[in-house]
Amino acid sequence: MKDEYDVIVVGGGPAGSTAAKFAVEGGASVLMLEKDRDIGMPVRCGEAVGAEGLARFIEPNDKWIASKINSFRLVSPAGTSVDIEGLSEGGYVLDRRIFDYELALLAGNAGASIMTKAYVYDLVKEGDTIKGVKINYLNEKMEIRSKIIIAADGVESRVGRWAGIKTTIKIKDMESAIQISVGNVDCKSNRLDFYLGSEVAPGGYLWVFPKGEHYANIGLGVAGHYNKSRSARKYLDDFMEKNYPEASILTTVVGGVPCAHTLPKIAGDNIMIAGDAAHMVNPVSGGGIVSGMQGGRLAGTRAAEAIREGNYSYKFLSKYEKQWHKLLGKSYERMYKIKSAVSKLTDDDFNRTAEIISSIPQSKRTLGRVFKTALMNHPKLLFDVVRAFASV
Amino acid sequence: MIIVEENKCDFCGTCVAVCPVDAIELFEAQIDILHDRCIDCDLCVWICPIEVLHTVENEVASA
Repeated sequence: MKDEYDVIVVGGGPAGSTAAKFAVEGGASVLMLEKDRDIGMPVRCGEAVGAEGLARFIEPNDKWIASKINSFRLVSPAGTSVDIEGLSEGGYVLDRRIFDYELALLAGNAGASIMTKAYVYDLVKEGDTIKGVKINYLNEKMEIRSKIIIAADGVESRVGRWAGIKTTIKIKDMESAIQISVGNVDCKSNRLDFYLGSEVAPGGYLWVFPKGEHYANIGLGVAGHYNKSRSARKYLDDFMEKNYPEASILTTVVGGVPCAHTLPKIAGDNIMIAGDAAHMVNPVSGGGIVSGMQGGRLAGTRAAEAIREGNYSYKFLSKYEKQWHKLLGKSYERMYKIKSAVSKLTDDDFNRTAEIISSIPQSKRTLGRVFKTALMNHPKLLFDVVRAFASV
Repeated sequence: MIIVEENKCDFCGTCVAVCPVDAIELFEAQIDILHDRCIDCDLCVWICPIEVLHTVENEVASA
């Protein structure tokens, strides 16, 4: 390990690894720091992802694809199941323990240095200028200098705050989430199940994402303000008792999903923010793997350009901000409006819509047909929602 | 004041993300409330998915 790099990436998730890879490929010297012992662990994620978006970054590989998805099931509050099959754009449920390793390896093999168990506790500053990070590594405090920092330090991001960028999330925009990986459950290995309703997951949804035969991620997110009176854990416990009382629980993870829109300011002098830290999450679906990687790619690429030009100012780095908002940020603002509208729907609205769609024969129940029917029967909303999910 | 049940905590950082005054520090498996900075807004207590954070009277905590 050196004591100076061109670029330091804080966080070894998909956004961080992708940023590191693109920065190093652009000619910069790069160090990526991960606070936990292991890249990819713990997996605070439902692990579902769209195939098309992912293919832009990495060749699909069975070693990190737990299951291949080509259908959805939406379950209404009253229990009506609506299946949508034969999706043209499929997806995967990943094994992120392996997937995140692969992404980090791509960065490492391209030449990025990587340290785990390296906790960043502050920034090195000279006057107001960011000059690096202070880390606690194996109980030793040290400083590592860099010209640029990419903060991909997750939902709890503090690096951005230290740089003077407000990353705090409003409680109504934060989904309080919990997930268990379970065995001994019946699930269809090619189908994602979503349960809606105020009794299951108010202001969010519950998911059953299969990772194989009889093996699934089951989790839910509750909008922050609902979590006050009843916690996510209680909702999940109830659901499991009713639906899968015999399940064996292999892992429990909890976490927050920032379902806001992207922070307007995601760069400053000598710094860029990417991934969950920048709230690069589809606010309707809560999906953020590929969008975090998109953000990482843009940030890493811009960092390398900045190093080549010798210009680390906000003025130069702000191109990253503009590129992100053009690529996905703007559409997430629209999604956020949809989310706000959906949050006003009642259980009755969901039930009625599910009844109408379930009256379409299965063979004719294509996504297009479902959209059309939903559209004709008022909820323009449902159209937007399903489309949002389809573009996870 | 706010206290954390550390042996129940998953160290996920959700509380850190909603804290308006940056008063929570999270290490790999350690979480600290900076009481001199905390404004007792209780947002961290509300958001925790597994009810790890609690509000207690000051005298109880110091007892």
